[in-house]
Amino acid sequence: MNELTRETIVLNMGPHHPSTHGVLRLIVELEGEVIIRTEPVIGYLHTGFEKEMETRTYHQNIVFPPRIEYLATMIEEHAYVLAVEKLLGIRAPRRAEVIRVILAELSRIASHLIWLGTSAVDVNVTSLLMYCFNDRERIMDLLEMVSGQRMMHGYMRIGGLQWDLPEGFVERVRGVIDDVPRRLDEYEGLLTDNLIWRERTEGVAVLTRDDALRYGCTGPIGRGSGLSYDVRKAFPYGGYEEYDFDVPLGVAGDAYARYLVRLEEMRQSCRIIRQALDRLEPGPVLVDDRKVALPPRRELVRSMEAVIHQFKLVSEGIHPPAGEVYSAVESPRGEKGYFIVSDGSNRPVRVRVRAPSFTNLQALPVMIFRNTVADVVVAIASIDIVLGDVDR
Amino acid sequence: MTDPRPDDLARMFQDLTEAEVWFRDELTLFIPREHIPDALTRAREHGFILLTDLTAVDRHPQEPRFEVVYLLTSPAPPARLRLTVRLPGAEPVLPSAVAVFPAANWLEREVFDMFGIRFPGHPDLKRILMPDDWEGHPLRKDFPLVEEPVEFVGHVPKPPSAIIPKTPPRQA
Repeated sequence: MNELTRETIVLNMGPHHPSTHGVLRLIVELEGEVIIRTEPVIGYLHTGFEKEMETRTYHQNIVFPPRIEYLATMIEEHAYVLAVEKLLGIRAPRRAEVIRVILAELSRIASHLIWLGTSAVDVNVTSLLMYCFNDRERIMDLLEMVSGQRMMHGYMRIGGLQWDLPEGFVERVRGVIDDVPRRLDEYEGLLTDNLIWRERTEGVAVLTRDDALRYGCTGPIGRGSGLSYDVRKAFPYGGYEEYDFDVPLGVAGDAYARYLVRLEEMRQSCRIIRQALDRLEPGPVLVDDRKVALPPRRELVRSMEAVIHQFKLVSEGIHPPAGEVYSAVESPRGEKGYFIVSDGSNRPVRVRVRAPSFTNLQALPVMIFRNTVADVVVAIASIDIVLGDVDR
Repeated sequence: MTDPRPDDLARMFQDLTEAEVWFRDELTLFIPREHIPDALTRAREHGFILLTDLTAVDRHPQEPRFEVVYLLTSPAPPARLRLTVRLPGAEPVLPSAVAVFPAANWLEREVFDMFGIRFPGHPDLKRILMPDDWEGHPLRKDFPLVEEPVEFVGHVPKPPSAIIPKTPPRQA
């Protein structure tokens, strides 16, 4: 009998498991039902984006970011174009910056809604999923309205945007962001004081502030543990310094704290969008620099210079100066950064994607140490990983 | 990366750096490889408590071939710092940073996987993204980017289309 009690069991979860929201394998060592060791095995979705990006021009590479992380697509495009703009030393026109902020915050709400719906399903609150997807679909419709596609937009350009907003967009955004906080109140009514939800999430997957720091956790994971770090506040980019918003912080560092942080972030996003809509003024949406952006169509029939610029940009692309830059944005999962090394040619030497899901997932074994197997599902859901972002 | 105290930063690492570069308001300090554990410890003591990223760059065919890049962040007051170590292509070895920043664990594994740079002192240095039996290190510049061969008669793997050819570097 004594021999039996000392024995541990090694359990394999995944790579195909509904709770992993992708392809993630966990090797879990159990003592009874308590986890004493976890080893995540990743790489099942590795597609070599970083290598691919070295073989294409800066402009061609815009298609990759939303495919790396497919839930907050506009934020991904924003991260990449900002990094290239920093390398070039240019800034997008004001109207383009405001529109980017609106789209990025809409993306954040869409991503958090998916997280809310799926993580509720993970603890068997199945009714919430379709409500969340319904709301998210309204945001997807808005993004489709501006770019033509629901997800892989390719709407942002180095130095601005592909084209201006369509007619009626502003009114429809107002309609959505007036609705979202009301709907969130309803979801909170379903979950926040729900006994089952609280028992499944409170005190589960606890990450202390020190551990969050040691493992470089950012985003709602870090903030749920009380680590006050939001890239939008610490290193403002793309005009975020002008907006008034709060960064919610948790104390307990458990799955419940992360849930509260994300809900509040959605409300703050609505607040930012409201301010941004008021700031929309007519103006250009693409930078007026012929070495970066294509000349307007009407110039092509009159100016030989414009034709040459168009030809050089299309056939060769942009030539940033040699150097290296790091530029980060706050994605729904944490700090999303692009580290770009240029040698002065039309292709980057290296594009490094600093993926928040990758670093946050590394803290999973710490989070679920001495928790039960059933809590692993809650822990993974509370990290909100995108496996495409983990594996790139 | 606006830094409130740029001069302090460069002075703080003066005895450990071999070069410093400013580009687009970002500071990069080049550190000889034997000093990197000291430099990281000192950075952490001065508020750079987050290891945001650890990655590498292959400058093939230049020598020294590899650059390992540490990106450190101080959340409050906000500041960033980049430490770069140049490594020769013949012996890409660098002391592990896991003891100073546990976050370096997976990041070093990824650099090992993608570039073949070894980190003595790492608790479990093995491949992380590629399969365990993979040969070669994909992000090296001499690793070819071609289609995967399939078992069709007469199939020749092609390199990806180069519709826009690479141009030589331009002077600014």
